[in-house]
Amino acid sequence: MTGYRDAQDPVPDGAADQPAGEHGMSRRQLMRHAGWFGGAVVLTVAAGEVTSRIAGPRGTGAEAVAATGGALRFVQVSDSHIGFHGPANTDVAGSFTKAIDQVNALGFRPDFVMHSGDLTHLSTADQFDQVRQMMTRLRTDRVFTVPGEHDSIGDAGRAYRQIFGSGTLGDGWYSFDTHGVHFVALVNTLSLEKLGHLGTEQIDFVRKDLSGLSSDTPIVVFSHIPLFAMYPQWGWSTDDALKVIALLRRFSSVTCLNGHVHQLFTKTEGNITFHSATTTAYPLPKPGRAPAPTPQVVPARQLKAALGIRTVGYRQGDRELAVKDERLA
Amino acid sequence: MSGVAVTIRNFAFSPATLKVPVGTTVTWTDQDTDTHTVTSTGSGGPLHSPALATHATYSYRFTTPGTYAYLCTIHPFMTAEVEVTR
Repeated sequence: MTGYRDAQDPVPDGAADQPAGEHGMSRRQLMRHAGWFGGAVVLTVAAGEVTSRIAGPRGTGAEAVAATGGALRFVQVSDSHIGFHGPANTDVAGSFTKAIDQVNALGFRPDFVMHSGDLTHLSTADQFDQVRQMMTRLRTDRVFTVPGEHDSIGDAGRAYRQIFGSGTLGDGWYSFDTHGVHFVALVNTLSLEKLGHLGTEQIDFVRKDLSGLSSDTPIVVFSHIPLFAMYPQWGWSTDDALKVIALLRRFSSVTCLNGHVHQLFTKTEGNITFHSATTTAYPLPKPGRAPAPTPQVVPARQLKAALGIRTVGYRQGDRELAVKDERLA
Repeated sequence: MSGVAVTIRNFAFSPATLKVPVGTTVTWTDQDTDTHTVTSTGSGGPLHSPALATHATYSYRFTTPGTYAYLCTIHPFMTAEVEVTR
């Protein structure tokens, strides 16, 4: 939505490999998108906001998927930064509460909710406890998380794993299957050196984890920091991600969902589509548009429009997942 | 021995390369509105500040010669080093 609004502007350094077409979606992305719905997609532009809707009675995104039983529907929320105090958002807990309310009012019960990191701002025990308690209100079967760098300050993620790491491997990574989709949740916010980092132990895990899967299994990969080079100068990339990307190449449909950059961005590379999610806390500047990725202070109405949640739907047998971003109501 | 200051401002450590003799205590001060850390690059390094809020400081006394690379774990593109000489 807001991320797409300016997406036709040139973005430095690899963030805009795809030629931007109508409203920042490349022609190819648009066609893939339309292909998924198997019908016409109408891009509605209102007040600078681009919303994709299916022409016809089937509803949008995950709701459309819901019309056929047995479909997968999940939600991604990101970068709640509980504990942040600053003019960019004086009430991050209130914003996250609104995001949770919006998830609970979707009109369907998501199979799970994934929080893709920076649950807290400073990794304190109080902040972890607060965000954990807040997420118990989510009406869903399961809440998953991956850690952000703000969740591993000073202790390499130990406090995070104590609360959110049960049943995970290594430094907190894991995988699971549901509705015919294989999900991999990665940790790339530890051992940072300028960029996100996965490490050999985790890459070995991914290799073994994917080895038994048939190439037509849809794969979804979660990480906090993008696995693609969105803007390395600000650390918006993962230095050893190509080793995982190489393992994902043989699959016909791969969707990588990340947070960290506090803005929407989509990029397709062959069989792999990357979707950066927005935040529920405060916007960050577009790549290179400010001296540093500092929290952006914007008018209240603009702030609300910059924050949001993401719903994702998938029908077994289809090739692509339907990703839909909604601003906070 | 004398103390030396490093300022954290505009998402950068200043000076980015600091040369000090053994025994020097270096003090980092966060002058940003954002929180930062002073953390040794890789494992085994001596620098492990907590999260430094605005105006917070962190000090470390270097007792062994060498080059000490460090970064902010929250914004790891912020890198710098301290060169400690005899």
